[in-house]
Amino acid sequence: MTAGPPVVTLRGVAKRYANGTLAVQGVDLAIGQGDFVSLLGPSGCGKSTVLRMIAGLMGPSTGSIEMAAGGNAAGDIGFVFQEPTLMPWSSALKNVMLPLRLAGTARSEAEDRAAAALAEVGLKGFEKSYPRALSGGMKMRVSIARALVTKPRLLLMDEPFAALDEITRHRLNNDLLTLWALERFTAVFVTHSVFESVYLSRRIVVMAARPGRVVEDMEVNEAYPRGEVFRTSAEYAAHCRAVSEALHGAMGE
Amino acid sequence: MGVSVSANEVADAPQEARERTILGLTGEGWARILAPLAIGIIALGLWEWAVRVNEIPPYILPGPIEVGRTLIRDWHTLQVSLWITLQITFAALFVAAALGLALAVLFAQSRVIELSLFPYAVILQVTPIVAIAPLIIIWVDDIRIALLICAWIVAFFPILSNTTLGLNSADHNLQDLFRLYRASRWQVLMRLRLPTAMPYFLGGLKISGGLALIGAIVAEFVAGTGGRASGLAYRILEAGYNLQIPRMFAALVLVSATGIAIFLAMTLVSHLALRHWHESAMKERK
Ligand SMILES: Nc1ncnc2c1ncn2[C@@H]1O[C@H](COP(=O)(O)OP(=O)(O)OP(=O)(O)O)[C@@H](O)[C@H]1O
Ligand SMILES: [Mg+2]
Repeated sequence: MTAGPPVVTLRGVAKRYANGTLAVQGVDLAIGQGDFVSLLGPSGCGKSTVLRMIAGLMGPSTGSIEMAAGGNAAGDIGFVFQEPTLMPWSSALKNVMLPLRLAGTARSEAEDRAAAALAEVGLKGFEKSYPRALSGGMKMRVSIARALVTKPRLLLMDEPFAALDEITRHRLNNDLLTLWALERFTAVFVTHSVFESVYLSRRIVVMAARPGRVVEDMEVNEAYPRGEVFRTSAEYAAHCRAVSEALHGAMGE
Repeated sequence: MGVSVSANEVADAPQEARERTILGLTGEGWARILAPLAIGIIALGLWEWAVRVNEIPPYILPGPIEVGRTLIRDWHTLQVSLWITLQITFAALFVAAALGLALAVLFAQSRVIELSLFPYAVILQVTPIVAIAPLIIIWVDDIRIALLICAWIVAFFPILSNTTLGLNSADHNLQDLFRLYRASRWQVLMRLRLPTAMPYFLGGLKISGGLALIGAIVAEFVAGTGGRASGLAYRILEAGYNLQIPRMFAALVLVSATGIAIFLAMTLVSHLALRHWHESAMKERK
């Protein structure tokens, strides 16, 4: 299976913040329908900046960002932040209901759909729990359920598992791939981790800093589903080495 | 279908561990009640003892037993005054809460309005109430309304400034999330900014509760000599003029008790509103 026509296309995108920082420059990037793309790069290379521009949370200073037709309504894009970013005053269910309620969905329908989304991320039975009673990994799951509850065509994730321990992170990586295969959304995943990007994605976009730019666009042509077997395979190791070299090349080492 | 969470990821089960309790209170809960109570009883005992040993006459310093006796004997008069003071205090607190909240929401909607009005709120706050109370009492015919305005002026600012701060403290990522889903201003206010501001508002309310009482008492002291009001402050003044010192103390006890009751009530309201989610309302874990 290969990626379909682009859902989002960036052409000559640059972003200069109000304080004069040139965060990214000359980014040309097309994300294909159904693809799983990782943005990999050192801290400060503009990964979050690119992701936030794709989400429409801010516009580019120059260049253009084009969404495919029908990908522009509220709820077509899901976003997962580095922190779970839940409303502490609401239960897990209410948190997941939020996107639907904001779109005017009736309460009972929103409840049903949110409960289904929670069940899908493995949190059946925790609907009434408040975020502070959940572990870090579980909060992240709620956050993912909230992003998926609108059935988005595009799921943007900004280092969602960076704050989690290794074991929980592996588990969430596996579950994310399961959900991706199930829901068939297009995924853009920002990460620092070479291993995580190779394990998850079909395409890795390596970025470099000062100014932030794309330096390498690599494919991980390995079949899904991927599991622990893939994680210990020679192919996995080879991909990791190649991506690592590209990354270090990008950092000028 | 879907995925499942394994047991070791469930670090913090939803149920809280139960502590051992005695008559519904933990050991620390009892200590928190009994220790101050013991101090209070010892202090009162020493006071009574000092008054008796030194044969201090009641019109200089009555002992606690005498004060208690007066409280019971004069209860009929005092209770009417207490009721008046309570009415003024709570009316002022209610108006302060409603107006403070409304104005804070207005500020949150428009930076221009905030910048132009906030300095006046500050002026109102820093002007000593004793200095403006006489003017208000002259200008406003109904003495109760005048007292209410004075108490309101004192109680209003903490609620306004706290709530304004709270409304502007919404998590940045959550704000982005609301933007991503094209939430309206109204939805952002109702679902994000007001809930964020809730603990701040309640904190302000806790401070304002005590201030409203102080405002009501101070204003009545200023007005009291006119003899038109009959709240607790007036009773204190009146008893002072007549050298009914035990009665003065009895009224004072009622003022303090009212202050404590208001504080406890506000603490309870805050606890009930925040117990599910806010750190301040969580059981302390030491
Ligand atoms: N709001 C902002 N105002 C000014 N400069 C900013 C802002 N946000 C980011 N920057 C700057 O833009 C550059 C890129 O930041 P960005 O957050 O996109 O990097 P990143 O790749 O996501 O880094 P990290 O991996 O640490 O999250 C950095 O130099 C950063 O200091
Ligand atoms: Mg970032």
